[in-house]
Amino acid sequence: MSYRSNADLGGRPDSRPVIPEREGELFHADWEPRVLALSLAMGATGLWTIDMARAARETLDDYASLSYYEIWLGGLEKLLRQSGAMAEPPTARPRPLAAAFVADVLARGSPASRPADGPPHFAVGQAVKMRTERPDHHTRLPNYARGKRGRIERVIGVHVFADASAQGLGERPQWLYTVAFDAAELWGAAAAPGATVTVSVDAWESYLEIV
Amino acid sequence: MHDHGDSHDEPSHDGHGDRSELTPLEIRVRALESALVEKGYVDPAALDLLIDTYQTRIGPRNGAQVVARAWRDADFRAWLKRDATAAIASLGFTGRQGEHMVAVENTPEVHNLVVCTLCSCYPWPILGLPPTWYKSAPYRSRVVRDPRGVLRDFGVELPETMHIRIWDSTAEVRYLVIPMRPAGSVHLSESELAGLVTRDSMIGTGLALTPPPLIA
Repeated sequence: MSYRSNADLGGRPDSRPVIPEREGELFHADWEPRVLALSLAMGATGLWTIDMARAARETLDDYASLSYYEIWLGGLEKLLRQSGAMAEPPTARPRPLAAAFVADVLARGSPASRPADGPPHFAVGQAVKMRTERPDHHTRLPNYARGKRGRIERVIGVHVFADASAQGLGERPQWLYTVAFDAAELWGAAAAPGATVTVSVDAWESYLEIV
Repeated sequence: MHDHGDSHDEPSHDGHGDRSELTPLEIRVRALESALVEKGYVDPAALDLLIDTYQTRIGPRNGAQVVARAWRDADFRAWLKRDATAAIASLGFTGRQGEHMVAVENTPEVHNLVVCTLCSCYPWPILGLPPTWYKSAPYRSRVVRDPRGVLRDFGVELPETMHIRIWDSTAEVRYLVIPMRPAGSVHLSESELAGLVTRDSMIGTGLALTPPPLIA
């Protein structure tokens, strides 16, 4: 059984228009804010990482037919099953987010940066090629960038490696870079008429190969 | 009255105060919430506070303040471009989904656009919750390949010579677009300037509003 993300949409054929939305139009059903709040509150319990949550959502079989908050709901239900939190007896002791700590927890966030234990292997301006093979687990290298040649635009720092964190393998931090691609490299020369377009992704060091 | 054919017990006396008919999704969410509260994983008061926070306290007016300050104050703009996380924190906006901020500035030559093709990553502390279109398949699929077509959906037509720079938020870095300051805004105060900064202009699918002309 190979891992399949249903959420990796960049560059896929889609002729539907993008429908603008008024500022302040946040929810479209009464249950949606409840799902938002439940997801945030459960995320704060530490039962899973944000990368595990993304993996749970992107592997929902019916992802394409679900609304955003339906995806969050399905992801939350899946995470609860996977973590054993609802089992009898539960595998985890509840550590609820108390109302008194909500403001602090939101204001603090969860920084992904970690101390470096060595220098970055790539430098700004350097040409790189993105890895071609698709790993059999959650990853953050979009399909449209696989095998493509780009250049390092920014050395961001050392960050928790999403692929490892999503699999419950710990943080395994790596250098993270902004890698920029010409549109012609991604889509072919015919796809980028007129003025130039540049697209960048943020990529961990193990996504990159030396050209 | 039930006519949606599910087999749940009558759900209208559970203290939520809604006596009308519930959809299957509402029943599912209420059941989940009840179970999580009962197991002790969730404090109901925290849920209400989380919702209130994103409905009334954290939204795109925060980002508009950041942009207006950058328009008025060259030192702040330089700081924002050099260390956006710190510059934005100096105005009191920090935290969840904004831990690592990068600000990118529109110029007469370059127009920036932000997307998350892999999910819906978005700078919450300064823009709040993402709009539906930002999370939608058409935006995430098309914007990296046909940015001008997507911009036309928003009524934005850029000069053919303008370079378009798209930032796909694939890790934990979040991007803020600093839109170009509109002409005719020299006389405006910082809060008046903030009123010209739309949410979409800070994602790149819009431009800042043009101020009404001064009547001499």
